[in-house]
Amino acid sequence: MSDLKLHHNRVAKHISSLPKSGIRDFFDLVNSMDNVISLGIGEPDFIAPWHIREATIYALERGHTSYTSNLGLLSLREEICNYLDKNYNLDFSADSECIVTVGVSEALDLILRAIINPGDEIIYHEPCYVSYESEIRMAHGIPVVVETKEEYDFSLYPDDLRTKITPKTKAIILNFPCNPTGATLSDDQLKEIAQIAIENDLIVITDEIYSELTYDGEHTSIATLPEMKDRTVFLHGFSKAYAMTGFRIGYACGPEDLIDAMMKIHQYSMLCASILAQEAALEALINGETEMLKMKDEYCERRNVIVKGLNEIGLKCFKPKGAFYVFPNITSTGLTSVEFATQLLNKKQVAVVPGTAFGQCGEGFVRCAYAASIDDIKIALKKIQEFCDELK
Amino acid sequence: MKDKILKILGRNARLSNAQIAERLDISEQEVSETIANLENDGIIKGYKTLINEDYLSEKKVKAMIYIKINPEKDKGFDHIASRLSKFPEVVSLYLVSGEFDLILEIHEKTLKDVGVFISSKLATIDGVVSTDTHFILKKYKELGTLLTKEEKYERLKVTP
Ligand SMILES: Cc1ncc(COP(=O)(O)O)c(C=O)c1O
Repeated sequence: MSDLKLHHNRVAKHISSLPKSGIRDFFDLVNSMDNVISLGIGEPDFIAPWHIREATIYALERGHTSYTSNLGLLSLREEICNYLDKNYNLDFSADSECIVTVGVSEALDLILRAIINPGDEIIYHEPCYVSYESEIRMAHGIPVVVETKEEYDFSLYPDDLRTKITPKTKAIILNFPCNPTGATLSDDQLKEIAQIAIENDLIVITDEIYSELTYDGEHTSIATLPEMKDRTVFLHGFSKAYAMTGFRIGYACGPEDLIDAMMKIHQYSMLCASILAQEAALEALINGETEMLKMKDEYCERRNVIVKGLNEIGLKCFKPKGAFYVFPNITSTGLTSVEFATQLLNKKQVAVVPGTAFGQCGEGFVRCAYAASIDDIKIALKKIQEFCDELK
Repeated sequence: MKDKILKILGRNARLSNAQIAERLDISEQEVSETIANLENDGIIKGYKTLINEDYLSEKKVKAMIYIKINPEKDKGFDHIASRLSKFPEVVSLYLVSGEFDLILEIHEKTLKDVGVFISSKLATIDGVVSTDTHFILKKYKELGTLLTKEEKYERLKVTP
C-alpha cells in the first residue's frame, strides 16, 4: 500500500482520475464461475463464418504478413465504399474519405483525439456503450450526458439533446441501434437531430456498428440526410454483423479533413490494422451476406422469445428494433441493478449486466444480450422467473 | 411467413408450433394453418431425423452410382428415372449435367446386394449405356450438418 502511495504521481492526472469501472468486479466474478448461463456477452455467440476464417488462412498461406498502407488496403476501402453505397446509400471516396481501423474502438479514439481541443464538450447519450465517457476524457474533452428514457423506448429525444448544447459543444456521439438498449431512431428524430447539428455547427460521430442488425424496417444513417455528410463521421466495423470481434477490424468514413486528421494519429500510434484482419474483412464484404443474414434471422427469433418471456415475468421491456440487447426494467423487484445481477448470478447462475455499467441512468435496468442460443435463453428465462418468484 | 416457417423447420423440424410461433411472434394458429397448407400443397414432403450411422449396429453399404443413359424418344430421362426411383434401396436420384446423366445413391445390406442391383436391375434397363459405381467410405456432412465432432471454444461469459 505504501508503495502505491509513493508512486502516486507516476500516472497522468487525466488517467488516474478516470472512473475505475465498478463493473469490473462483477465481470471478474462472472468470468470466474463455472456453469453460468450468460445473457451477458456483448458480442455474437456465433463463430465467424468459415469462408471468412478460410480466407484468413489463405492470406497467411500466401505470405500476406506485411504492413499495409496506413489507410488500409485500397481493395478493402473500395469494397467498404461500395458496400456503404449499395446498402445505406452513402457515398464516400475510397481514396480520401475512408480509413481502416482496429475496430470501431480505435476509430472512436481517433476521431475524438482529432477534433477535441482541451475543454471542448462532447455530448453522448446514456445508457450507452462503456467506452464513450472515458474516451472523451482521455482526449481531454468534457463529456456531457443526455439521458435517453424508457418512456421513449430509449430513443434520443431531440428536445433533450437541445438543452445540453452550449457554445463549447463540439460534437455529438450517436449509437443507434444502441448498446445496451437496442433502441433505434425514427426518421423524424433523425431529421430533427440533424437539424440541431446543422444549426449549432456540430460534428456528428455516429457509431453504427449494429446497423445490419435492424429487424423491423430499414436502417438509415444520419450521414445520408441533407447537409449532413460534410459534418458526419460514420463509424462501422465487422465485429457484430459478421461475428468477427476477435479480428479487431473496423473503419471510419467522413469528410476528407477529418479522415486526414485521424490518419495522422493512426499512422503514428497504430501504423495500420492487421493485414490478416483486413483480408478477412474484404472476404466478409464480398461473400458474407448469406451467412450474415442467417445470423440476423436467428437474432430476430431470439429477440421475439426473450422480449415476450421477460414481459411475462413482469420485467417490462419494449421490443427493440435493433442490435442484440434488451433492457428490461427491474424496479418491480425492489432491487438495484447491481443487486439484481449479483443475486441472480449467485442464486441461479444466470449472468446479465447491471444497467449502471452503461451510465448512472441505467439504474433500475439490466442488459440481457440475446447473443445466446434459444435453448439457453429459455433456461435463463425460467431461472429469472424462479428468482423473481422467490423474491416475493 | 411461409418462407420464414420453412427456414425454421429446415433448421429443426422438431420444434412445436408453439415454439415456432414465439420465435416469429405470430399466433400458434397461423403456424399450424401455414404448415397444414404447406403439407397439403406438397411443399413439405416429410420430416426425418439426421442420424450419424457410425453409431448404429446395423451398417449399410452405400454407393453413388453414376449412370449414362440413351434417352428414349418422347420420354427423355424421366421414364427411366421414375422406374429407378421406385426401388426402396435407392435413397436419392438426380438428373445432372456433364458426362453422366443420373446420379443415384443406394443403401444396401451387403456389397453383394449392390452388385445384384446393378447387374440385374440397373444394367438390364433399356437405354442404360454405362454405370460407374463409387462406394461411400465415410460421411463428413449431411444436409448441412457436420457429422464430425468439433472442438468447443469457450469465450468470456460477460463482455461490455
Ligand atoms: C456500440 C459499440 N461500439 C463499439 C464497440 C466496439 O467495437 P469494435 O469491436 O469494432 O472495436 C462495441 C462493442 O461492444 C459496441 O457495442
